Amino acid sequence: MTVLEQHSAYAPTPPPSWRPRTDPAPLLPEAEPYSVLGGEGGVRESGVEPEAELLLRLYEAVVHGRRYNEQATALTKQGRLAVYPSSTGQEACQVAAGLALGERDWLFPSYRDTLAAVARGVDPVEVLSLLRGDWHHGYDSRATRVAPLCTPLATQLPHAVGLAHAARLRGDEVAALALVGDGGTSEGDFHEALNFAAVWQAPVVFLVQNNGFAISVPLAKQTAAPSLAHKGVGYGVPGRLVDGNDAVAVHEVLTEALDRARSGGGPTLVEAVTYRLEAHTNADDATRYRAADEVEAWRAHDPVALLERGLRERGLLDDEAVSATREAAERRAEDLRARMNQDPELDPEELFPHVYAQGTQQLQEQAVQLRDELAAAEFGDGSGAGEDRR
Amino acid sequence: MSTAVRQPPEAGATAARKPATMGQALNRALRDAMRADPDVHVMGEDVGTLGGVFRVTDGLAKEFGEDRCSDTPLAEAGILGVAVGMAMYGLRPVVEMQFDAFAFPAFEQLVSHVSRMRNRTRGGLPMPLTVRVPYGGGIGGVEHHSDSSEAYYMATPGIHVVTPATVPDAYGLLRAAIASDDPVIFLEPKRLYWSKADWNPEAPEPVPGIGKAVVRRPGTSATLLTYGPSVPVCLEAAEAAREEGAEGWDLEVIDLRSLVPFDEETVVASVRRTGRAVVVHESPGFAGPGGEIAARISERCFHYLEAPVLRVAGFDIPYPPPMLERHHLPGVDRVLDAVARLQWESGWTERHPDGGGI
Ligand SMILES: Cc1ncc(C[n+]2csc(CCOP(=O)(O)OP(=O)(O)O)c2C)c(N)n1
Repeated sequence: MTVLEQHSAYAPTPPPSWRPRTDPAPLLPEAEPYSVLGGEGGVRESGVEPEAELLLRLYEAVVHGRRYNEQATALTKQGRLAVYPSSTGQEACQVAAGLALGERDWLFPSYRDTLAAVARGVDPVEVLSLLRGDWHHGYDSRATRVAPLCTPLATQLPHAVGLAHAARLRGDEVAALALVGDGGTSEGDFHEALNFAAVWQAPVVFLVQNNGFAISVPLAKQTAAPSLAHKGVGYGVPGRLVDGNDAVAVHEVLTEALDRARSGGGPTLVEAVTYRLEAHTNADDATRYRAADEVEAWRAHDPVALLERGLRERGLLDDEAVSATREAAERRAEDLRARMNQDPELDPEELFPHVYAQGTQQLQEQAVQLRDELAAAEFGDGSGAGEDRR
Repeated sequence: MSTAVRQPPEAGATAARKPATMGQALNRALRDAMRADPDVHVMGEDVGTLGGVFRVTDGLAKEFGEDRCSDTPLAEAGILGVAVGMAMYGLRPVVEMQFDAFAFPAFEQLVSHVSRMRNRTRGGLPMPLTVRVPYGGGIGGVEHHSDSSEAYYMATPGIHVVTPATVPDAYGLLRAAIASDDPVIFLEPKRLYWSKADWNPEAPEPVPGIGKAVVRRPGTSATLLTYGPSVPVCLEAAEAAREEGAEGWDLEVIDLRSLVPFDEETVVASVRRTGRAVVVHESPGFAGPGGEIAARISERCFHYLEAPVLRVAGFDIPYPPPMLERHHLPGVDRVLDAVARLQWESGWTERHPDGGGI
């Protein structure tokens, strides 16, 4: 008997169960980055003019953000921070991310997203613990609903998905916003997070800040995708492409995506096109891998200038208000400087108690060892009696 | 370490003990934990409809729904990564890794986040999650299905590493792991899944908690230190040893149960009494758990030792193909050979019963 004869029915095509369930067309991002402030008298797609209050808040936040970046970089040069990955040039993304979140939403930042955390309400000094190096993390994540700044690339993305999923299982209207760089989109965790988010329809929004480089490596060496926003399509996640230097546009896109997530519409992948105006960190030399004229072209599309122009065009800002905002930013920078110029309180004995809920015998012994060493050192310094003991 | 594991609601019912497998006890532990705490969520590959490839999650999706026992996409890093986020929100995820070697993709999440989150956040974001990993050989598995990965986990501060060898421990330790506010790697010895004991699922006997070793067989001549799949091997060796040597050896067998935290007290007390020790495990010997344990014993029991602490371990080779694995796995003969090398002619501690006066 042939195989054909063994089967009573014959179907010329595969049965319908193979078919993908999602129409890809609505998932595709726009062809050009969505912008509101770009061009003369830029308006929203919807035609609805953004509220003046929001515009002023965004403006204030980007001006403060720019000044914060400058101050943190200066503090690094003075040895007050171990390292500072500046978001200069990316302030629009940073503040829009921090301000688009609802009160109960969570933010999952990377090492470069200090400003997003500050815009969300994290204390500007506490947020720097990791980069100062007095502890790996310095703010209350539960109270601020901001996860720790994450260093291993893209590993924070599945956390955002899991938290959002957990919130949905509990029936809470909570969304998570996860930030990642263009380089981070090559990591496996990026793909796994998008896939989980899509399968579970988790209320999570991924914001890729495409700042052109992963340290020295340009995007062309990172991906052959039509755009990073297209990467959602393969998972069934809608992509949005937005001008990442246009704070109003980023805020609008994120707000929409977060609303959609909270109301059960599932995840969104947003690619914000922006540029890292400074080197990767203070320890990096960007002249080794990019030309000055490229940087200059992006300086002409500066997010702070863009917003200032937009507000002036709308009659929401005059010279006086601009300098008042700058002065306020200067005062905050002074405050940051003063606080950062105080040595942080360090307690070596704190190395042990947080490793486990209850310390192991071995850790208790090591804690005692360190305590003895510290006591001996103090004894030796103070009275000179330390010498006798040796 | 808390030893008290809440009893299931039916505790005290008088159903008699009847034969149960380790797999059944694990399944019951998951069920009871899910009944007791709505925040306990089981997740992994094939854990839902199928009940897991070893059937340890059998029936859970049916009883608790697919939100509480979920089939996840096939991505181990993703599974552990989302579990971290769920734990941040206050849930107690219990993750199943399908096999030892397939937990490796999740290593970054484990090392970089699960193990460090509590410490990083000064206790602000604890990670009360359990990662169940079927491990070890002896089941005729083809490549990537028989690894002993405990040394990697033990070398990672911030996680507990636990492995049961008996049916009551399978239940009791898994309940303790799920109840723990610290992350626990729960290593399930594959070849003991079908091992049986008389056990009453309606009233499981309490067992010592995480961090406690147990003397499975008291003895006076030497101490066998072991865990997981090698516990039955050592018990068998101890029985056989009664006939060996000049007058027969009376071997003490310690089941470590918890590799992290490590119960030095029980181990040291035993070795100081017997003066001789052999560590037995399947994991490769070089830089394996036995090295750490032997070092600790020599640091704490030096004056009580009649002989160097010996190790019987897997060879330092990639896990062999199934038709050769019996040559690799520590068996009764290899254990007895090691015991025979414990310098029985030495009588130092007999002459110095206080260990030479320290
Ligand atoms: C898993 C991992 N690999 C490598 C690094 C080292 N590293 C730190 S930042 C960076 C570049 C990341 O680029 P991108 O994701 O584009 O973010 P950006 O720094 O531009 O914000 C690299 C390679 C890391 N932090 N984590």
